[in-house]
Amino acid sequence: MTSVQDLPQVRGVKNIPVEEYFTSGHRTCQGCESALVMRLMVKAAGQRTIVLGSTGCMYVANTTYYSTPWVVPWMHTQLGSSGSAATGTAAALASMMRKGKMKQEPINVIAFCGDGGGVDMGLSAISAALQHDEYNLLIICYDNESYANTDIQVSGSSPWGANSTFSPPGKVHRIMNKRWKKNTAPMLAAGHPDCKYVATTCASYGLDFTNKIRRALTIGGPTFVHCFDPCPKGWDYDPKYSHELGMLGIETGLWVLYEIVNGELVLNGPSRTIAKGIRQRKPVEEYLMRQGRFAHMTKEDIKFFQEKVDESWEKWWIPGLIPFGEKEEA
Amino acid sequence: MTTTQTQLFQTEKEELISGSEAIAIACALADVDVITAYPIRPYDTVMQYVSKLKADGAFDCDFIVAESEHSQFEIVKHASAVGARTFCGSSGVGWFYAMEAITVTAGLRLPVVAMVGNRALDDPGAFGVEHNDALAVRDLGWMLYWVATAQEALDTALLAWKIAEDPRVFLPFAVSCDGSFLTHSQAIVRVPDNKKVRQFLPNYNRGKLQLHPDNPITVAPQVNEDWLMEIRRQTNEAMLRATQVIPEAYDEFKQVFGRGDPSPWIEEFMTEDAEIVLVGMGTLAMPVRVAIRRLREQGKKVGFLRVKFFRPFATEEIRNALSHCKAVGVIDRDYSYGSPSFGGVLFNDLRAALYPLQRHPLMLSFIAGLGGREVMVRDVNQVVDMCQKAIDTGKIEQENTWIAVRE
Repeated sequence: MTSVQDLPQVRGVKNIPVEEYFTSGHRTCQGCESALVMRLMVKAAGQRTIVLGSTGCMYVANTTYYSTPWVVPWMHTQLGSSGSAATGTAAALASMMRKGKMKQEPINVIAFCGDGGGVDMGLSAISAALQHDEYNLLIICYDNESYANTDIQVSGSSPWGANSTFSPPGKVHRIMNKRWKKNTAPMLAAGHPDCKYVATTCASYGLDFTNKIRRALTIGGPTFVHCFDPCPKGWDYDPKYSHELGMLGIETGLWVLYEIVNGELVLNGPSRTIAKGIRQRKPVEEYLMRQGRFAHMTKEDIKFFQEKVDESWEKWWIPGLIPFGEKEEA
Repeated sequence: MTTTQTQLFQTEKEELISGSEAIAIACALADVDVITAYPIRPYDTVMQYVSKLKADGAFDCDFIVAESEHSQFEIVKHASAVGARTFCGSSGVGWFYAMEAITVTAGLRLPVVAMVGNRALDDPGAFGVEHNDALAVRDLGWMLYWVATAQEALDTALLAWKIAEDPRVFLPFAVSCDGSFLTHSQAIVRVPDNKKVRQFLPNYNRGKLQLHPDNPITVAPQVNEDWLMEIRRQTNEAMLRATQVIPEAYDEFKQVFGRGDPSPWIEEFMTEDAEIVLVGMGTLAMPVRVAIRRLREQGKKVGFLRVKFFRPFATEEIRNALSHCKAVGVIDRDYSYGSPSFGGVLFNDLRAALYPLQRHPLMLSFIAGLGGREVMVRDVNQVVDMCQKAIDTGKIEQENTWIAVRE
């Protein structure tokens, strides 16, 4: 395995590097949390980094020919190929450095995908990438809970009941998306025991985000980070509330912040204090009713939603993560 | 820059090997950096040999068993962008499963070399050869070559990296090998020594297009109607330049190895005074040559032209070779449902190439040997008879005929 860079954990917001590697030249929406994910991601990784970007809004909105926001080398990859892009890039670096065809040095390899590219189409390639413990690579899924680049269509990561152009509430069917959000990060963590690092995060918590990227890049081997990204266009809210909605998603217990380091689970931030009983989960209604995509929901719908979230905290083997337990002997 | 070099092939020697094994040895000789595999018959024998060569320490590469053909081709695409020499391959519907990755590889001008072990497309299932799998990329910017022998497989693989990695070209190269007849059949192959290969094939240099922190470029942004047409035009120009780079590479091959085919484009067999010329690709050459030799003994003026490069298509060479004969019988090991005259893919490209000529031979299309069905000497005789009838009557009764098929 090739060596990793020295990227120490950042103590305090003031110690986050000032250098920017994702700068002007993109045309993401006002309030786009995913653009912040891109920015913080390369800020944490530094200049000796290669970024591969799957098709999605962080491809189309970021890189329009004749302008690029990327100061680091960047390459497009196909929608379902973030895992393969990372593997191919890391394999080429490893092979050429080992054979003396390229100067030896640790280079970060990061491939990003949206929820469409990661949770849906690219899942099998990500799974394959996480099996190659000889390659250092990070796959980051920026999850804005829809195919946000193609007019907002539901993905396997969209919340139950959300209005989208493929799940519009109608006269006969009020709830068109009846799928519950896929439990991606725990699935990848449980399914790849040799993967040393799987984490969830949210750019509303910049320091948590930065340090998770750094831990993912320095632990060695393939790693996965799943990021919860409020999207003003897809979720239908005023762009100024992106950060607040990210926090609300976690405070209501819908999204759980944690990291799994070498097989050990640690809850972080508000999720940790909720699990310890220090703070109460806010009602999901506070989160849902701030967004146009849930405006069609009735009291019963909200109740159903709340019960599903309650179940994940009260009945799951590990709250918010593992949705089953051992059957007790009669 | 130092290079690792296989210790296995220090002297030139002759080996009894299959077409797949010949290409696996070419991978070792070429010091390929990243190879991806996924199982599908019949191409996958090449990867079995590659993995054994790696396991035995015969050469050093990153050999990745992908979880699908799509990933297989995406991985080498990205490895190639970083500057690694790459190899992969597939067959039949596996090649189609990878089609998205295959088309972007050409769009990105990445010199990936792939082996296609030609196989019938599903459904219904068949393991045998048909050319429709590889032919699907004919319009996408892949160079496409059909080999006829194991020796040609090894030589063409070495030439493939040479041509594809030429900065004037930077296009991917598919080495098409007929399933079973080539992938699984052994023949004596002259394996060159690795020093000569190194001399012929230096390291791949991606230059200013290499994706590396020292060269922080943005690759494949969204271009839309503003620029896409210019970029398509560049790919077309690269294919045009390949028509010059290919003969250069063949000349150098002859200089370094002291052997090689007279023409990179076509192989002519008894065509000089032929009134009827049959045309085909791949291992079809063998039964056709046998049949022609026998017909010549009977005094029939028959010849055979084997098309080697399907892309870029050797328009001039083929025009020159076919302009003097009276009838051309094209034997396609493929189909193109609903095409002009319901002819095969090779037939229609060939007929289009000959159209500007003042004097046209009569052109007949034949579909034969699909799904690995053997093409027999008697089938070739039937083709020749139909061509002769067209010459005698001055007209083509039936433009397209399926040979040796149950009615």
